[in-house]
Amino acid sequence: MGKKLLLQNEHIPGINTFDVYRKNGGYASVEKALKTMTPDEVTEEVKKSGLRGRGGAGFPAGMKWSFLDRKSEKPRYLVCNADESEPGTFKDRYLMEKIPHLLIEGMITSSYALGANTSYIYVRGEYMYVIRILEKAIEEAYAAGFLGNNILGTNYSLNLYVQPGGGAYICGEETALLESLEGKRGNPRLKPPFPAIAGLYASPTVVNNVETIAAVVPIVNMTGDEYAKIGIGKSTGTKLISASGHINKPGVYEIELGLPVEEFIYSEEYCGGIWKGRKMKAVVAGGSSVPILPTELILKNIKGEARLMSYESLSDGGFVSGTMLGSGGFIVLDETACIVHHLHTFARFYHHESCGQCSPCREGTGWMEKVIHRIEHGHGHMSDIDLLVDVAKKIEGNTICPLGDAAAWPVASAIRHFREEFEYHVKYPEKIKNPKHFEIEPFVSEKNLVTA
Amino acid sequence: MAKVTIDGIEVEVPDGTSILNAARQIGGDVVPPAMCYYSSLKESGGKCRVCLVKVTQGSAKDPRPMPKLVASCRTNVMDGMVVQNITSPEVLEARKGVVEFLLLNHPLDCPICDQAGECDLQNLAYEHGAAKTRYEEDRRTFEKIDIGDKIKLHMTRCILCYRCTFVADQLTDNRVHGVLNRGDHSEISTHIEKAIDNDFSGNMIDVCPVGALTDKTFRFKSRVWFTKPMDAHRDCPKCSGKVVLWMKGEEVLRVSARKDQYNEVKEFICNECRYDHKDVKDWTVEGPRHIERSSVISQNHYEKIDLLKLKKEVERQLEFQKGKPLPEHNHSLNA
Ligand SMILES: Cc1cc2nc3c(=O)[nH]c(=O)nc-3n(C[C@H](O)[C@H](O)[C@H](O)COP(=O)(O)O)c2cc1C
Ligand code: SF4
Ligand code: SF4
Ligand code: FES
Repeated sequence: MGKKLLLQNEHIPGINTFDVYRKNGGYASVEKALKTMTPDEVTEEVKKSGLRGRGGAGFPAGMKWSFLDRKSEKPRYLVCNADESEPGTFKDRYLMEKIPHLLIEGMITSSYALGANTSYIYVRGEYMYVIRILEKAIEEAYAAGFLGNNILGTNYSLNLYVQPGGGAYICGEETALLESLEGKRGNPRLKPPFPAIAGLYASPTVVNNVETIAAVVPIVNMTGDEYAKIGIGKSTGTKLISASGHINKPGVYEIELGLPVEEFIYSEEYCGGIWKGRKMKAVVAGGSSVPILPTELILKNIKGEARLMSYESLSDGGFVSGTMLGSGGFIVLDETACIVHHLHTFARFYHHESCGQCSPCREGTGWMEKVIHRIEHGHGHMSDIDLLVDVAKKIEGNTICPLGDAAAWPVASAIRHFREEFEYHVKYPEKIKNPKHFEIEPFVSEKNLVTA
Repeated sequence: MAKVTIDGIEVEVPDGTSILNAARQIGGDVVPPAMCYYSSLKESGGKCRVCLVKVTQGSAKDPRPMPKLVASCRTNVMDGMVVQNITSPEVLEARKGVVEFLLLNHPLDCPICDQAGECDLQNLAYEHGAAKTRYEEDRRTFEKIDIGDKIKLHMTRCILCYRCTFVADQLTDNRVHGVLNRGDHSEISTHIEKAIDNDFSGNMIDVCPVGALTDKTFRFKSRVWFTKPMDAHRDCPKCSGKVVLWMKGEEVLRVSARKDQYNEVKEFICNECRYDHKDVKDWTVEGPRHIERSSVISQNHYEKIDLLKLKKEVERQLEFQKGKPLPEHNHSLNA
């Protein structure tokens, strides 16, 4: 059994209530931090832990905290990003639903470290039932004296609010989130300035993912140095993975970073192998935005070494032969899956979710979707394939926020690794009329020989 | 002060100057084009991405290059910064891409558009665009709507530069219009087609780089290159009263604010000057307006009309649109 730091108590009945959570050691990090540590000492532990942001980019959390402008006269804010809208990602929901107090405890301890007296949890609107769970938990925490004025009799005070979003993927981008939280249209801001200097209401702000904030709890409890011993290299600690797709046991798993990808997919403890006795074709390892990899490249890197579930190992090989850990949305496709169809689903999503501020993303996402749709339905030309590559290239890196990149990468990687499938769609418009074409006759190209 | 080198030319500008404005100090070809930035509107810029440049050296202190192309209109210079604009193939390639994106859903109905001849998108496309589109799909279209009795919004032509929304925010006393929806369904709108009614609303016509917002009192009166622009002023209690009269014979067809060489208005005018004084007797005429930018208008007037040049320009336009069918409801000329 791998080590668990976040979900170890999920099986305990009533763990979603304050009393049960407290009896099982909950809120110890708040007591420890507020009574025995200075805010800077807490930040120092987070730095030592090597914890990296769990929202997708993997930026070191302690470093982000240390950028917070502490000289500013303005109030400081901690904002929790619970907008979780990346296709394939559902770990934050699971954590908030099962153990809401873990997030609230993390918010209190982290807010204390940052000197924030008002903090927000921004939850995507579709998670209405989760919002109710969080609000109930917050109420319990207020009643128990863990929120409000003079927490645990100290002179530290914190008010915590839940803010529902309107249901837009783009509001997960941290500056769009802040705009939305301020009551404006959720357009990403131009950076700099970064939120650490001018975030919410132009005040110093830290935005962190749900899982990042929850991880502060074990870090403070066990010390940063101990936390850093878990995991591998610069990928310290544990990570929640949302596993979905053609596997026997889809769900949310807490893994110790460094677990071999092969073990994660095939062991009974985790995904339990590919369903229906089929072979694996491809994996999207970190949410819809990251490059898709064929079986041979997800199990082993180009040098033939086993790939591990870690930031470094998954990105080994760059975008030519690697991918990213991203948000941990692990989507497995079996041999009957159609990559073109799959890509169309993603392209439609990004087209729908672009905020429309900058021209490459606004126009490019729609263009790519339409071209992929055409190919998928047998109306494509051979030249469309290179056209897609070129459009993706013209979006990538030229936009205000990373949504443009996120829309371009899946397209570029699908064509990089599965070009023959796109050609097949152009060449055999009759065969692909049946949407289950690859179920009838799995596509096996020489290059992408399905191993395993 | 900061010293910055753009395409090999050094210039010294005050700290806090944007790369774009530093390039404008140099002038000429090193000035990146700008479709959304507008110097007299706060917070404008950063959106269209046509002004992207490459920073090959961040500053004297930190000489590392910037990892991505940056929007020159919203990136400030640092002392010792080195920038490439037209000397970078990467920039030119990206810019070509941006122009293609901007034209993707644009109706290209220049022959029936009032902005033709003074359209920033037309100029941009001539300079940076490809002659043929790679876009085979249907273009996005919107119904034309009236925002008030003086302004026509032709959303199909809009490039979502957000300038007009900044006019609403910054020149008028309340926020009357903004952007609805998102992505390529975004549209400029007022709340439930409410009229935009305040003394300075007409300025959104002038800031619009394309023919999405046009002056209904001028619509289809004349091609702009057949009018003669004259600088004029009047004593106005509300604004500077400094305008351009667009004349045909003795008739004033349109009144607009004055634009500088980058097609930007520095002194906005009120609606009374714009709409209610279409009599040349109301104005002190200063003389013919000098039109600096590469527009068809400049090839006209003052002296005599160069018909040959004009014909060439029109032919270029037609060539540019070849094979691009106009969307259905652009065929109808009725306003
Ligand atoms: C389009 C887009 C959507 C994003 N959505 C989310 C999200 O739903 N949840 C999240 O935590 N981070 C999301 N991010 C990343 C955030 O911008 C930000 O990096 C993150 O919240 C920082 O938290 P972390 O450092 O703890 O990972 C998104 C980024 C982009 C560009
Ligand atoms: S990249 Fe897309 S989502 Fe991001 S600001 Fe630009 S248009 Fe909006
Ligand atoms: S209507 Fe004109 S000014 Fe307004 S956003 Fe569109 S193009 Fe820009
Ligand atoms: S002018 Fe700079 S991005 Fe539009």
